[in-house]
Amino acid sequence: MDPLFNDGVDLAIVLIVVFKVVLTFAFLMVAVMFMVWFERKLISDMQNRIGPNRAGPWGLLQTLADGIKLFFKEDSKPDQADLTVFKLAPYLSLVPAFLTFAIVPVAGNFMDGGDGTIELFGHTTYAQLADPPIGILLALAMSSVAVYGVMLAGWSSGSKYPLLGSVRASAQMVSYEAALGLSVATIVLLAGSLSTHTIVSEQTNYQWNLWAAGFVPFVLFLIAATAELNRPPFDLVEAEQELVGGFHTEYSSIRFALFFLAEFMNTVTMSAIIVTLFFGGPAGPILVGPEWLWPPIWFFTKLGVFLFVFVWFRATLPRFRYDQLMDLGWKLLIPLALGWLLLIGAFRIARDQDWNLALVLAIAVVVLLVAASLLNGAIAAARRRREETETEAFS
Amino acid sequence: MTEVAVFVVSAAIVLAGAIGVIASRNPVHAALSLVATLFGIAVLFIAQDAQFLAAVQVIVYAGAIVVLFLFVLMLLGVDQAEDLSVDPLVGQRFLAAVAAVGGAVLLLLALFAGDTPATGARAVTAAISDTVPNINQLGRILFTDYVLAFEITAVLLTIAVVGAVALSRRGDDEPATDAEEGGR
Repeated sequence: MDPLFNDGVDLAIVLIVVFKVVLTFAFLMVAVMFMVWFERKLISDMQNRIGPNRAGPWGLLQTLADGIKLFFKEDSKPDQADLTVFKLAPYLSLVPAFLTFAIVPVAGNFMDGGDGTIELFGHTTYAQLADPPIGILLALAMSSVAVYGVMLAGWSSGSKYPLLGSVRASAQMVSYEAALGLSVATIVLLAGSLSTHTIVSEQTNYQWNLWAAGFVPFVLFLIAATAELNRPPFDLVEAEQELVGGFHTEYSSIRFALFFLAEFMNTVTMSAIIVTLFFGGPAGPILVGPEWLWPPIWFFTKLGVFLFVFVWFRATLPRFRYDQLMDLGWKLLIPLALGWLLLIGAFRIARDQDWNLALVLAIAVVVLLVAASLLNGAIAAARRRREETETEAFS
Repeated sequence: MTEVAVFVVSAAIVLAGAIGVIASRNPVHAALSLVATLFGIAVLFIAQDAQFLAAVQVIVYAGAIVVLFLFVLMLLGVDQAEDLSVDPLVGQRFLAAVAAVGGAVLLLLALFAGDTPATGARAVTAAISDTVPNINQLGRILFTDYVLAFEITAVLLTIAVVGAVALSRRGDDEPATDAEEGGR
């Protein structure tokens, strides 16, 4: 628990929490503004064009200009729309995007036995908005709530393309949530706690989960997170060549802007979660100057790397087909995540019980290989059977 | 004071949602009311220090089960109000009324009759540790004392999955029709 609440709650503590809330909110809004600019500029570079360069130096204020423009545009409501749900949907997208960031530790020294606390107005506290006991489960819960925004937006528009987009979205997000949850489970197993603060402090002195968990959970998490964010190459939900704008086709003005905001905010939040789970959060060497200065610098540097990676994905990877998406999720990511979780669990027990690690590894590899070949056999049998029935139907 | 306020607000949300589920004519609105009820219950869990149950409530019920309801509603296009004047099963309404009254009577009996009427006192008197998070305690108890029940539930779920797959497969002698092919 946050040491801020150790001595009961008085007015000063409530004010500190309010201060943290305002700070987080302001950070996210500014981060989204620059993320939109960063993405457009970077994609322009990769596609050999200039990108936004009119509003402010290097086009930095372009997002602000677009936001102001969207505010003053006409708010059109489709005739066939279910208006209550139509108005509710953008907020259902936006609120979870905000809430998830609350559990990300952004500062505090975790190196060399540091407990990751900071001093704020004479009180010791964690550099995160909240450290609930359910910790990382909050991120999973919020990403399952975020499905509603996309899904209801498509349904309530009363139009075909948005409906197709939202049906795709709900199937995709529910499928990849399983892979996402299983790769998080590996990390929870290593840290022995759900709390994000503990997960970060367990990774102190470069014992990053990236290698402690053996790369695979990180790769799984990155793929599943991209699918969860509906970002390319998993943007079938929007797929402008097939579905116009997907679930937000009928939205205009500020309601559209809210979806846009939620999408980019989710990208920032998910990158922050990746940094927290796999890259030691704000941990890094204290080079020169005061101790409190470096952790946020390291955190934002790591965050920036993942924001770049997401833009890079978008610029370089072609979109998945729907059946490829489902095959990848159910037949590859979920079995792999499950197998890796069992492997990590076996190693934990072997270490606690002083078993022979090499023997455990050999047995685990044999068992996993047998399981993988069984699964492969089942998939191959299903495919053969399907092809047979198809030829019968056509003959 | 805070506890009472939290209880009143979330109980109001739970009840409003529950009434919404049966009063809405549009099935999607009914499903959304169900989500509101589930959220209210999650808040009540948090007020009782059962954070893990609250998270599971949101992830499993709101995040997966109701999403599947909505998915089916959207896919089949049953988003129009049903005609309620016809009974699909004869005598359904009468039986439903009997079951509702019977359930209410049983609930009242459980609350007020018998040797040990409900008092509102905590039923579990075991120490709820301040140092160990309750999720750790829950995990330990689930995998030691109640491991048999846990495994049986797991087997039950596996059987349900296999059953669902078996039911949704078409038989061997029944070739695929054009309509089914088009859906792929």
